[in-house]
Order: sequence, then structure tokens, then C-alpha cells
Amino acid sequence: MTTIHIHGGRIIDPAQQIDRTADLLIRDGNIVGIDESSESVDESIDAAGLIVCPGLIDLHVALREPGFEEDETIASGTAAALAGGFTSVASMPDTSPVVDNRAAAEFIVLQAERAGNCRVFPLGAVTKDHAAEELSEIGQLVDGGAVAFTGAKKPVANAEIMRRALEYTRMFDRPIFNHPQVPELVSKAVMHDGYYSTLLGMPGMPAASESIMIGRDIALAEMTGGKLHLMCVSTADAVEQIRRAKARGIAVTADVTPHHLVLTDESLQSFDSNFKVDPPLRTQEHIDALIEGLKDGTIDAICSDHQPFAEEKKAVEVDLAPFGIVGLETVLPLCVKSLIEPGHLDWPELIALLSTGPERILNINKGSLHPGADADVTLIDPDVSWIIDPADFRSQGRNTPFAGWNVSGRAQTVIVGGQVRYRSEA
Amino acid sequence: MTASTGPQTVTGLRWTRRHLLGLADLSAEEITSILDQAEEFKRLAAAGETKLNALAGTVVANLFFENSTRTRTSFSLAAKRLSADTIDFSSSGSSLSKGETFLDTARNIEAMGATQVVVRHRTPGAPHLLAKSLGVNVLNAGDGTREHPTQALLDIFTIRERRGTLEGLTVALVGDILHSRVARSNIFGLTTLGARVIVCGPATLIPPHIEELGVEVSYNFDDILAEADCINLLRVQFERQRGGFFPSVREYAHLFGMDGPRLRRAKDEVLILAPGPINRGLEITPEVADGGHSVILDQVTNGLMIRMACLYLLNQQNQ
Repeated sequence: MTTIHIHGGRIIDPAQQIDRTADLLIRDGNIVGIDESSESVDESIDAAGLIVCPGLIDLHVALREPGFEEDETIASGTAAALAGGFTSVASMPDTSPVVDNRAAAEFIVLQAERAGNCRVFPLGAVTKDHAAEELSEIGQLVDGGAVAFTGAKKPVANAEIMRRALEYTRMFDRPIFNHPQVPELVSKAVMHDGYYSTLLGMPGMPAASESIMIGRDIALAEMTGGKLHLMCVSTADAVEQIRRAKARGIAVTADVTPHHLVLTDESLQSFDSNFKVDPPLRTQEHIDALIEGLKDGTIDAICSDHQPFAEEKKAVEVDLAPFGIVGLETVLPLCVKSLIEPGHLDWPELIALLSTGPERILNINKGSLHPGADADVTLIDPDVSWIIDPADFRSQGRNTPFAGWNVSGRAQTVIVGGQVRYRSEA
Repeated sequence: MTASTGPQTVTGLRWTRRHLLGLADLSAEEITSILDQAEEFKRLAAAGETKLNALAGTVVANLFFENSTRTRTSFSLAAKRLSADTIDFSSSGSSLSKGETFLDTARNIEAMGATQVVVRHRTPGAPHLLAKSLGVNVLNAGDGTREHPTQALLDIFTIRERRGTLEGLTVALVGDILHSRVARSNIFGLTTLGARVIVCGPATLIPPHIEELGVEVSYNFDDILAEADCINLLRVQFERQRGGFFPSVREYAHLFGMDGPRLRRAKDEVLILAPGPINRGLEITPEVADGGHSVILDQVTNGLMIRMACLYLLNQQNQ
């Protein structure tokens, strides 16, 4: 019987279209309501100057456990999620062993419960052992807690398998998450195919490799009626194709990462493998289109694409280094920098892309402050300035290109199921 | 042989860098400084001063992670001519397959007392990684398909030696531009010195956005023959190809090979360069390679002078 009273904050709940200064009452792990009062309060939180919003949801996180505990564990990854303001994350199945069966999915959920940080919703592998030959036991995975199916960073390259997966998952009303990229066009490549790849003599990943796969996937989604989610879109043409598909009523959703909104391929001039991400950093014209897609609702969610790697894996020649950067602890400030500060989005719109947006894709019954909901609440200090220092990360991964960046906006307090799980030390 | 006493720095040079990573960032004055210093070494060599003591007491390490004969030999001899001690480390396998990382290998070489590291590596930016992590001078001897600055410098030196200046000359780079670090370094160096550069080759081997580097593009060798003052025939890099860039060697030679008939349609004074090792009968026929317009062996001689100049100038920054 715990009661928490959060008072004086700016409550933003996109699901209920609320944006006003008010109090929020939580009892026994659930939201009681806004403007509700209570005789006995166990904890009173002063939220003056803070945003009080539904706990943020990240639908694309690699937690690396089991199999790659040198990079990250479920405990360290979920601690990083809390520090970033996230109360729920969807974990990628590209672990070792792969999450392609019920026991593997249940292990993820169990480890997350043991860690006691944020909630983890496993994604299951589309195919057994990511081998792209046979479908995984998708029904069993659903029973084990899997909420969507994906090849993670391996695109579902075979159109017939993608078709069957979209058909089969209709039975469970669960989406297929695809990394939209034609593998044969990006073989051995490390960066966007353009002026800088030519200047630097590095093999490039053409934007067309994304366009082609998205065209195929949208056609298959239309044909099958399955739910398609396109991960980390990075090109102007992707936004345009998704916009048209949505207008035609096709069940397609998409997300974008903050680093694709703030960095371009020019960064690779440093040859720093912390700028090597998949999909690659592209050009300003693509960034402008992605922001337009966020503004008009073509892109549904923002995710971290958190990819932690042990230091020794990244401190090598850029072609040998793996793709990816850590993101959980830098999503919020980078969104402030790229979307709020230039005036592209306001706070309710940004919170929606980090709560109701991912909720609609994952369908996990989170992301709102309506009465009776699980009390997953994030308090954000929108104005606090801080300097990104990887040494302070909760994540084991230090692989970020943003070290030393001066940023604003940070999670201040994070509540999961009515329990305060994180308080910023700053 | 007695070592002569140095130093022999040419006056008026503008060189302040600790590393030579590429030509992309160098100014015309910096490039000219290297050329002038190389010219001085060539003059000394002609006067019989083949052994100089300028780098006595220093250690030049050749770190070659990719196969090379002439560049490694040339750097090695350049170091010896300047009285440096040399270490040769060659490994064609990737560093990971050997179990030791590239950086750890380099740190070991540094710990042996190397003061200058000459590095060839299949990855663009590998020399930058060393420059950032080690305390030594780093000389790029070819990083993947990015740059090969000393090769371009010796090409430019050879042209300047014959023509006096690069300003206003038209230089054609013919062949596999996409995979060629020699092409990139030549483009940067030549355009900086005021030459007009045409790149010519199969459309599959000319990368996108190359015009933005300040060059013209042609897919027809015969069209540009009459315009070129110098023709640099790049080697077809079979080992770098993912395959399928052109249908056959025969067709390549037909479209882009430099043979007698093409030479006769070129300018009377045309210079024929090739970075080597040449594929005789593919990019160039023996008639052209061994003919009067060819400066291919001058390039090799000048390469030694250029590498002496680079080692010497970088070492000056350690004083």
C-alpha cells in the first residue's frame, strides 16, 4: 500500500491529450488519476519545473544477454534505460543463443525481473537461429512474452520468408520488424554512399538499398494484411514511400533514431568507428525529410537503436569495427537538440513519439497516465544543461559519438509500477 | 662509404606537420616543399652524395599489413640513405586473425624505439588511428582505397621535372578510379597545384560524386587522348574487386588499354606514367611501357627521393 503524490509538474499525456500543470496520484502500482488527492501520502514528489509524462518506451534495444555479456547485460542495459527515462524497452533477439524459442524469451523476462530496473519486452527471431530458412515457433514465442518478430540487424532478405512471416503473425496480431536494406548492395560497406565515401575511399551503402527493401516490404504487407514495422529508416525516399502506403491504408509503421537526426556522413572523416552505424549516417537532405516525417506522423516513433560494444571491439580499424552506438542515455537530450530547440516539435509531440507511438506498434498496454494504468511515469527536467560523459553511463557500452556534447534535457525521476526506480544525481 | 654531414634543408620550406596522412589537406606550398626537398636530394645523389646522416640515431619502422614490394623497398632504402635504422614488419593477414590488434602491434613497434612509422593497411583511416594513438611520425604508404600520398608526390615530381610546372597541364587518370588510392591522392595533389584532371575508365569503376573533387569525367579514352599532356595508367586492382565491374580483360584492354595506335593519336610530348606494378598487355602494351614517352622508371627513381624528403621533413618536426 504505497501512495505517491507528484505535485506541481507539467503533466503531458498524449494518449489523453493532456498538457497542463497538475498533480498526479499513484497508489499500489497504478495511476489513480490527475488532480486526485489522498489523505495519506507515503511519498510526495515536488515536480515544479518538470515534465510528468508516461514512462518512455524504446522499441529497439540490444541488451546482448545471453551470449555477449562483455558488451552489456540485461541488468546494465535496463539500468541505462532508466537513466534515459525509459520504463519499457523491447529487446532484440540477436543474442547467443538467438531468441527463437519460448524458453529464450522467458529467460529475458526473468532476467529483467531479477534486475528490477525497467520492463523488458522481448522481440523474437523471425527465423530459427536467424538462419533465414524456417520460421521460428512464433506461437510459442508469443506465449513466452515476445511482442514482435525480427531479424534484428539482419534484413529478412528472402521475400518468400517475409511473406510467410507477415501472414503467420496475423494470427497473433503481432508485427514483423524489418531492417530495410538489400544486403547485396551494402556488402563490405561502412558508410553512406555519396561524396564523403568517394572522398574517403570507403565502400558505400546507397540510399537505394533502403528504398528497394521498403518497396518490397510494403507490397508484401499490402498483399498479406500483416503488420509491418520498418526499423531505423534513414532516407528521404523511405519517408515518402511510407507516407504513401499509410495513405492507402496499409498497416506499416516506422521509427527513426536521434543520431540519424543530428549527424551526417561527413563525421566519418574522423575515421572514428563511433560514427559507424547501420543504417549509415546520411546527408542533411535526408535529415530534413526524416524530420518532416516526424512532424506529419509518417514516422511513428523514436528509438535508441542501443548497440553496446565492449571497448576492444570498437577500438579497431573502421572496417573491422561492428556497426552501432549506445543510445539509451542520450535519446532525450538529442531529441531536444534536433527537434525541440529548432522548433520542429513541441514537448507533447515528442513525448508521443516516445510513448504512444511505440505503444501502438508494440501493443503492450503501456504509455498512458489514464486511471488504472500501470504507474510507469517519467519526470523530465527539460532545461537542465549537462555534458555527455560516457564514463557516467549505466550502460557497459561507452561507444558513443556524443562524448563532450553540451546538451539540455534529462530524466530526473523514473517510476516503474509505482516504485521509484531512478533518481538523477544531478 | 663515409656519410656526409647534413643538414641539407632547402630554404623557404613551409612544412610544420608531424604526419603525412594524405594530400587532401595539404596546401600548394606544403606539396611544393616536399617536391623541392626531394629535388635537393636528387641533386645530392647526382653529385655522389648517396649516404646522408640526417636521420642518424632514428628508427624508421615499415609496418606493412598489405603486400607491397616496391613501396616498402623504396621507403626502406630512403631511410637507409638518411642513416636511420629500419625495422620491417609485414603481415598480410588481418590483425584480428592474428589475435593481436593493429594498434597493439603498432604500440609494440613504438616501444622498440621507432621514431617514424610508415604504414600500409587495407583500411582507410588506419594511419589516422596510429597518428592519434602513438607519439611517432606517421607516414601513410597506402590506406585501402583512400590515399597513397608518396605515390602521387612522385608522379607529380616526375611531371614537374619534365614540364617545370603543373599549372595548366591536363592530366588524365585512366582505369580503376573507384578502388584507386593513387587516383585520389593524384586528384588532390594535382588540382591543388593547378592542373586540370580528367578521370577516365569504365562507368562501374568511377565512383559517384567524383566531379565534386574538382575533376572531369570521361568514359571514352579515345575522346580525351588528344587533350592530355600526361596520361597516368592505373593498375586494374583485381584483388580489391568485389567482381563484375567489367565483362572481360579483353574488353577492358580494348576500351582503356594504352597501345601504339592510341599513343600515336596522343600529343607529341605526352608523358606516360604508371604507378606499377603494371599488367603488360592490359592497361599498357610493352611498346608504350618501354617507349620514349614512358617515364615509368623515372617514377621509381623519384619515388626514393620523395620518400627521403618526407622522412626528413617529418623528422625535422621532432627536433
